Amino acid sequence: MNVTVTVNGSQVEAEVPDRTLLVHFLRDVAGLTATNIGCDTSSCGACTVLLDGRSVKSCTMLAAQADGRSVVTLEGLADGDGELHAVQRAFRAEHGLQCGFCTPGMVMAAVSLLSENPDPSEAEVRTALEGNLCRCTGYHNIVRAVLAAAGERGGR
Amino acid sequence: MIPAPFTYKRASSVDEAVDLVARDGEDAKFLAGGHSLLPLMKLRLAVPQTLVDIGRLGELSYIRDEGDHIAVGAATTHGELASSGLLGRDLPLLAHAAGQVGDPQVRHCGTIGGSLAHADPAADLPAVVLALDATLVARGPAGSREIAAADFFRGLFETALEPGELLTEIRIGKPAAPGWAFQKFTKRAIDWAIVGVAVQGGRVALVNMDQTPVRAVAVESALADGAAPAEAAAHAAAGTSPSEDLNATRAYREHLARVLVRRALEAAQAAG
Amino acid sequence: MSILGTRVVRTEDPLLLTVGGTYVDDLRVPELAGAARVTFVRSPVAHALITGIDVAAAREAPGVVAVLTVADIDDLPPPPPAPEGEPPPGSEAAPLPMGGPWAEPLLAVDRVRFVGEPVAMVLTDDTYAGEDAAELVSVDYEPLPAVVDLDAAVGGETLLFPAAGTNVAVTAGGPADGSAFDGCDVVVERTIVNQRLAPVSMEGRATAASWADGKLTVWVSTQNAQISRFIFAGAFGLDPAAIRVVAPDVGGAFGAKIGADRDAILVAWAAKHTGRAVRWVETRSENLVGMTHGRAQRQHIKIGGTRDGRILAYRNEVIQDTGAYPRMSGFLPFLTGLMASGPYDIGHVETANRVVVTNTTPISAYRGAGRPEATAAVERAVDLFAAEIGMDPAEVRRINLVPPDKFPYSSGGGAVYDSGEYVKALDQVLTAAGYEELRAEQARRRERGDPLQLGIGLASYVEITAADAAGGETAKVMVHDDGTATVYTGSSAHGQGHHTAWAMLVQGELGIPMERVTVLHGDTDLVPLGTGTYASRSLQLGGTAVHLAAVDVKEQARAVAADLLEASAPDLELDTERGVWQVRGDPASSRTWAEVAAHAGPDGLAADANFTDGQPTFPFGTHLAVVELDTETGKVALIRHVTVDDAGTVLNPLLAEGQRHGGIAQGAAQALLEEMVYDADGNPVTGTLVDYAIVTAAELPSFELLSSETPATSNPLGAKGIGEAGTIGATPAVQNAVVDAVSHLGIRHLDMPATPARVWAAINEATARTATREGQ
Repeated sequence: MNVTVTVNGSQVEAEVPDRTLLVHFLRDVAGLTATNIGCDTSSCGACTVLLDGRSVKSCTMLAAQADGRSVVTLEGLADGDGELHAVQRAFRAEHGLQCGFCTPGMVMAAVSLLSENPDPSEAEVRTALEGNLCRCTGYHNIVRAVLAAAGERGGR
Repeated sequence: MIPAPFTYKRASSVDEAVDLVARDGEDAKFLAGGHSLLPLMKLRLAVPQTLVDIGRLGELSYIRDEGDHIAVGAATTHGELASSGLLGRDLPLLAHAAGQVGDPQVRHCGTIGGSLAHADPAADLPAVVLALDATLVARGPAGSREIAAADFFRGLFETALEPGELLTEIRIGKPAAPGWAFQKFTKRAIDWAIVGVAVQGGRVALVNMDQTPVRAVAVESALADGAAPAEAAAHAAAGTSPSEDLNATRAYREHLARVLVRRALEAAQAAG
Repeated sequence: MSILGTRVVRTEDPLLLTVGGTYVDDLRVPELAGAARVTFVRSPVAHALITGIDVAAAREAPGVVAVLTVADIDDLPPPPPAPEGEPPPGSEAAPLPMGGPWAEPLLAVDRVRFVGEPVAMVLTDDTYAGEDAAELVSVDYEPLPAVVDLDAAVGGETLLFPAAGTNVAVTAGGPADGSAFDGCDVVVERTIVNQRLAPVSMEGRATAASWADGKLTVWVSTQNAQISRFIFAGAFGLDPAAIRVVAPDVGGAFGAKIGADRDAILVAWAAKHTGRAVRWVETRSENLVGMTHGRAQRQHIKIGGTRDGRILAYRNEVIQDTGAYPRMSGFLPFLTGLMASGPYDIGHVETANRVVVTNTTPISAYRGAGRPEATAAVERAVDLFAAEIGMDPAEVRRINLVPPDKFPYSSGGGAVYDSGEYVKALDQVLTAAGYEELRAEQARRRERGDPLQLGIGLASYVEITAADAAGGETAKVMVHDDGTATVYTGSSAHGQGHHTAWAMLVQGELGIPMERVTVLHGDTDLVPLGTGTYASRSLQLGGTAVHLAAVDVKEQARAVAADLLEASAPDLELDTERGVWQVRGDPASSRTWAEVAAHAGPDGLAADANFTDGQPTFPFGTHLAVVELDTETGKVALIRHVTVDDAGTVLNPLLAEGQRHGGIAQGAAQALLEEMVYDADGNPVTGTLVDYAIVTAAELPSFELLSSETPATSNPLGAKGIGEAGTIGATPAVQNAVVDAVSHLGIRHLDMPATPARVWAAINEATARTATREGQ
């Protein structure tokens, strides 16, 4: 079917098989490979992107379901001048990533959290990241980073 | 992991959705948030030929105050339920339990109708609508009909919906008794409940204690007879037939049901 | 001020945080344009004879390029002959797969031995077609009884390798000395399980390959590009010079991506065999059965000592489940034996092990590889001993830890510990955690019968890092005439931050700002020789090699600068703050690195180093875990975790802490959540991430890290390894905390993971026992 998705502000249109998953549309059609696939069961969150501003797991969604809607991936998070998003800056400052594989999904989940709850407690951050697995960091610095980004954005 | 091939159709109205599914017969499925169906399709445990997308039908996404009851559109997401001020005030059990389903990403997509129609005994909301004594509205080629929540769950992943019928609305009377509680026992926050309990007033429903969500009838009648929470909770496993799996033996589930029902009843008492 | 030892944020991060890493699946290099997708057909049964494979339908399916089975493997050299006689069992020299009757094929020949074993490969134009076509490959299996249980494996009624005549692949260690425990007032023994884990790197295994003009290029998600090259060369009978291996960004590895496994070899072979570029990226369902698992030991521990707390004798007898193929022969239990007595000064230590094959996924290294198993055993033993004599477990540890004046210390397990302050680490943790107050709070909760009980668990550990120090590591440092520098390192990173760390070392030594230092690794065309990253070896070997190469470059530059400034070399100094050469005390004379490099002549400024160390290093520490345990449901929550992890001199605390955090989480997860479970027929029960319970942020507290630096004596950086320490210390600390929380009920031990069901069952049983006793 024909699918048109606004990805990071640009329209991406393609004829794709009906069963195409959104994550493959982003990676193979839009050519944006930051979004990773880490499991088969919607468990790990590596594929998290924003759909109309809210975090979703792009491996558990058909491209067709995103047709006509707006998606933001890690590549689209910085502003037009390349100024990094507060969450991106905080992940670096707090060493919130190691191998980087969970990072795109983790960052997008954090961005979604802060848009819904700009001033989360540590416990709220931990609970809000329950759908994103990281095997490297033990989450310690990821939580620090999300709290720091919230602080920087005036949440606290 | 990707689904086997199928044809995707997007319905522009409930009528059209019902028509489309009727046309393709048993091999067609409704697709709402997709968070129950797509994982099964990716593992090729479900292989529908046609998916009819109802996820974007505005006429299925609402939370309305109808005076004596609240009407919830079947395609309303868990996230919308959890953050609804109306539910927070009048049906806090539903709002709270919806906020415990899956993880934030799942709640942004998964819908109440999808969860009920999928009828996983380990899911949270089926037990919640039982405890709320909700009425479910289904529409099929022959028109609409109402099904009491108590009659809806028929077996493992099996409901009273006829082939081609679409769950459209959940109607929930505003509770007369304010006390409510929801207990979800998991290994990790993200896991499905090993056992769960939903309490609204004197109604008690259990998650994952049988092939379907079940009312804890013996607990309810003990409560009706004036039993204290701890006393009533001792009957929590009566009449249930929980499965055994990686996470629990039958005896452990029965024990958890007793502990969680007691805690839920005590919390409901405190909330009421 | 030197940059060394400071909290420098990573140079790796800007890319990872904006466009993401470039993992194998992300490679868009021209050689892989139009690469066929590889989908493996894997055995769905644990043990069976293959009586037929029908690929006709799959070959006809749309988009199929090729369907390959063992019958197509007609272009490889025969495997090397089996070594003469017995392999040196459990020796450090033999961490390699065993040949002869135990040999592991590439594709299954006539028998499958575990669920997930590769049977056929389907090459298609795209991924989606691959999964469809793979379903069409029809394999006839004649089921055999599955060997899952360790006793059944030892019993040998069903053999995985009939030609071997046994399921016991390696036997090592001596029989128990009957008199060893004679002088003990108290002896406790027990059989405990160190359960099977899945490594679950977030990126699974992945390999891409192309064959063109007689050269094979393989991109593989590996910890060691250079080792992989030699593995491919051996498998294909190719000159290593005809092979280029590239390790692009690697999304986690944890020991399970050392070298290249049979799946990776098959993918590379498919490219050579068909002439078509190929790419394989496994799914998580494949990963959970196809990537090697770790741990999987059953241990019989016996500990004895005096009533006043002195441990006199200890024995740990291990049965190592090695899965369907002995890929590491006896190496893992060898390490368990080497480190058996941990940080304790125990007069008599005995170890023994047997390695048995079972119809399960093969076992290999996983974060710690043999040492977490040793530590978990001895830390449980010490707590069992403490409980038996009624002494505080902290006190028993203090009495028995190797004192600082005994280093270098020859352990009962056979290692020589280099340096340590074991008691100091214990005391530091006890003080920071507020141990006395924790015990008081525990007593109050017990007193009032609080359903939420507190458990306090300790683990003191010593571990061995860079166990193969003699294998060394390579580095090359070049300074260019634009003033920039390039580091070539044999030490591949997969998340550890080598780019940042190596650039810091160059800046520290040469004063070239680290943003002007490029670090290259993981490409055998650029770095033909090297070893890679495992065994927590990187900084102490790879970092030291970089340091030594930089020192060499510095001395070369001194001579060049002397020529440039017409001064004598000894009169020159390098101002590392400004990054300039000058005549001592004369800043006006300064020359930049660019000027010096430009003056250096055609060969420029470059130095190679290959650092080999005579001995491994022995990091140590103490972990204290606090859990809250709901006695009504059995659910455990880790609420505090306080640690000292002394890994010698720290180069970058930010990176070192990150390694500790990740290790602690993985270690705690073993204690509380993770286990790879098989049913009696050898079917995996935890084959997805729904059932295999990786710990999430919601189950963990923030960790309380204390600092301690006791320099290593064997390398100029004073560094020991930090990659595995967190895991090694955390598992027993958390496990001991769980047992401690219910010890007042008479419970002395709980196997891992301490799932709610298991904890509740133990409480239930203990309560019933007490009730029976009281009823009598």
